Amino acid sequence: MSASVTVVKTEAVSSKAEEAAGLLPVEWLAMLGLFITAAFWLVLSSGLALVSSIKFHSPAFLADTAWLTYGRARAASSNLLLYGFCVPGGMGVALWILMRSGRAALQLPVMGVLSVLLFNLGALMGLLGILRGDASGHVDFEFPGYAAAFVFLGFVAVGVSAALTLHSRRNADLSVPQWHLLASVFWFPWIYSTAVLLLLLMPLRGMAQAVVSWWFSANFQLVWMGLVGLGAAFYLLPKALGREPASRNLALFCFWSLILFGSWTGVPQTASVPAWLPALSAAATFVSAVLYLGVLVAWREMARGACRESWRGAAAFVSFGLSAFLISGILSIVPVAAERGELLSFTWAGLARTQLLVYGFFGMILFGCMHAAIAEFAPDAASPRVPRAQFWLAGLGIALLVLPLAGAGVMQLVKMRNPDIAFVDVSKSTLHFLRLSTMGDLLILVANALLLVHLISTVAKALRVKAVESLASVMAEVKS
Amino acid sequence: MRYGPLVFFAAFLALAGSWYGFVVKPAFQLGHMQPTNAVPAGAAYPVARAGLARQGLEVYRANGCYQCHTKQVAQEGAVFEVILRDAGTNPPSMEAAIKHLAPKLASQPDALQGLPKPVLKGVGKDEADRAVKLLNASGGKAAPWVVATGPDMDRGWGKRRSVAEDFLYDDPVMPGAQRAGPDLANVGLRQPDLNWHLRHFYAPTAVVKGSMMPPYRYLFEKRRIGRQPSSNALPAREIGIEAGYEVVPRPEAVALAAYMISLRADAPLFSAPFSVASGAPAPSQPQAQKE
Repeated sequence: MSASVTVVKTEAVSSKAEEAAGLLPVEWLAMLGLFITAAFWLVLSSGLALVSSIKFHSPAFLADTAWLTYGRARAASSNLLLYGFCVPGGMGVALWILMRSGRAALQLPVMGVLSVLLFNLGALMGLLGILRGDASGHVDFEFPGYAAAFVFLGFVAVGVSAALTLHSRRNADLSVPQWHLLASVFWFPWIYSTAVLLLLLMPLRGMAQAVVSWWFSANFQLVWMGLVGLGAAFYLLPKALGREPASRNLALFCFWSLILFGSWTGVPQTASVPAWLPALSAAATFVSAVLYLGVLVAWREMARGACRESWRGAAAFVSFGLSAFLISGILSIVPVAAERGELLSFTWAGLARTQLLVYGFFGMILFGCMHAAIAEFAPDAASPRVPRAQFWLAGLGIALLVLPLAGAGVMQLVKMRNPDIAFVDVSKSTLHFLRLSTMGDLLILVANALLLVHLISTVAKALRVKAVESLASVMAEVKS
Repeated sequence: MRYGPLVFFAAFLALAGSWYGFVVKPAFQLGHMQPTNAVPAGAAYPVARAGLARQGLEVYRANGCYQCHTKQVAQEGAVFEVILRDAGTNPPSMEAAIKHLAPKLASQPDALQGLPKPVLKGVGKDEADRAVKLLNASGGKAAPWVVATGPDMDRGWGKRRSVAEDFLYDDPVMPGAQRAGPDLANVGLRQPDLNWHLRHFYAPTAVVKGSMMPPYRYLFEKRRIGRQPSSNALPAREIGIEAGYEVVPRPEAVALAAYMISLRADAPLFSAPFSVASGAPAPSQPQAQKE
């Protein structure tokens, strides 16, 4: 960085530099810490996803290492995505939105920084625990107890900070994103502590465990991610497009249908439990169609007449995320609504739906918010081209992952219904689809790595500029 | 209007509702479930797994077998078969009855040979009851026979749907969510041979042609043959081991195989009935067993 440029910039940022206590204000330390470490676990998760995906065409690949057998690699991948990326990243974004929408400073930022430590300890121990064979055995809730405790404490720490920040907002009434985030802050500790208590510490008997695990997954992956993701979408989309936010009543409708109906979905139709449980879940899944309709209408309202703009910059991530949310909704309703479609949840289509919801919807909206936040942190250092590239890579990757998986699922369903086709042939018929989905996994890995590099390099560049600036100002003082 | 407390309260109520419905209620209904009785035999079901199989469940959990295998058999409905056990002492009358019920069967010369055998298949309860009445009135001994139906049954994966009782003694419960591999609810019935499972874990494709299961060679020890071959070594030729070496299962592999064998939901229950032969062999075998 040449000295002349630095001097020019010094004036431009001097007002900001005065606000900031040091090089890296503690609120940014908390947020960037959450973003960057979340992105790190995301990269690791997608690397493991690629490994487990390759195992499907060559089962012997890395099969002689117990630590990397398919069952462990797959579990480590999906759980790192959920508890290493989604929870910390989502809470980082929540802090950012609560501060900006309430025009408030981060309260108790130390708790935010503490949560970075706790989340990372949790993710590390969870990863090692699963790989060494300590997985809990409950799909998508596989961190062993000693790792889950850290995730829980991490959330409580950052949740306290988030709740106090919301409390110190300048606006009297809660705005739409704020009430979504408020609900999310107390939703997660409740469901997570229930799951930890009843599945790990004092396990229930028999199938009651499975019901609790399904309940937790629906409340985590649909409701909690819906609260944070939709809240972020309702904040970021109008902001990025420079438009009015969605109408309050419409947003309220989405919010209500999400928490009222989404929280009852989750028990699959094939579950070996008393019939009232899957029946209730099927009813809730049916009715949750109004949620997706509501989101569609709110999205149209926010992006009306700005069709092109809503696919540019940060708005593009939100638009992609909302489309993924709607498609995942269709994928969740089909097995319930279609006649004899209940076995679809046993096929690859189930994974397609989860990936679409977790990565396509929640992940993409988080990416958009992270890029917007980092551009705010370092307006000069953040390149606008990298987010664009990451958007295309991630978007193409998730499409290449989900479409073949859904196709493989339908293929499996049709062939599985015909007892004359041997099971081995049913599996083989999905191989072409799985090969395509490996390409999707590869693209996603590249996109995630790009995000991590972008976050780190931007922050490093901005810090270097700031350091040079402060050094220059000190030198100037000394000279005068 | 202050939204804060309202939103908080609303979200609290919504979550409390689903928590009550899907956590508290099932915890009481399923969590306090007691073993039931098989019908009509009356034997207690289920029985806790033996120690080795219990250890195998931990191996199953640790290696994430549940990522690819379900243990839930789905059932679409039930149909009836009418089984003739005894033709009685009045052959002309019986022949007439069978001619009335199943003309195709009656046209065969050995229609009344090889009893017990099914006279009618895949009929509703009323039709089955009428047929039983007719056959019994003709001097024979006939009984209705309940058969569960669905693609899983056709595949030979089970005789009835899985019910919550099947999992009563499992901790953790791993019903599975994905069928990249076959359902295992009744794998112990299909493959009761422990050594078959050991060979299959070590070299899946050598045992099941075209299998996509990864090999679990780390559950075994491959070593040079000492003074004499170990008694528990796997058959070298079948799993493709070069001469001079042998493969012996580690305790985990044996435990996992024992767990596989213990997976058999073969008791007819009041909530999921199917008929079993008492003494005589089952008249209509399920379709050829497929892996």
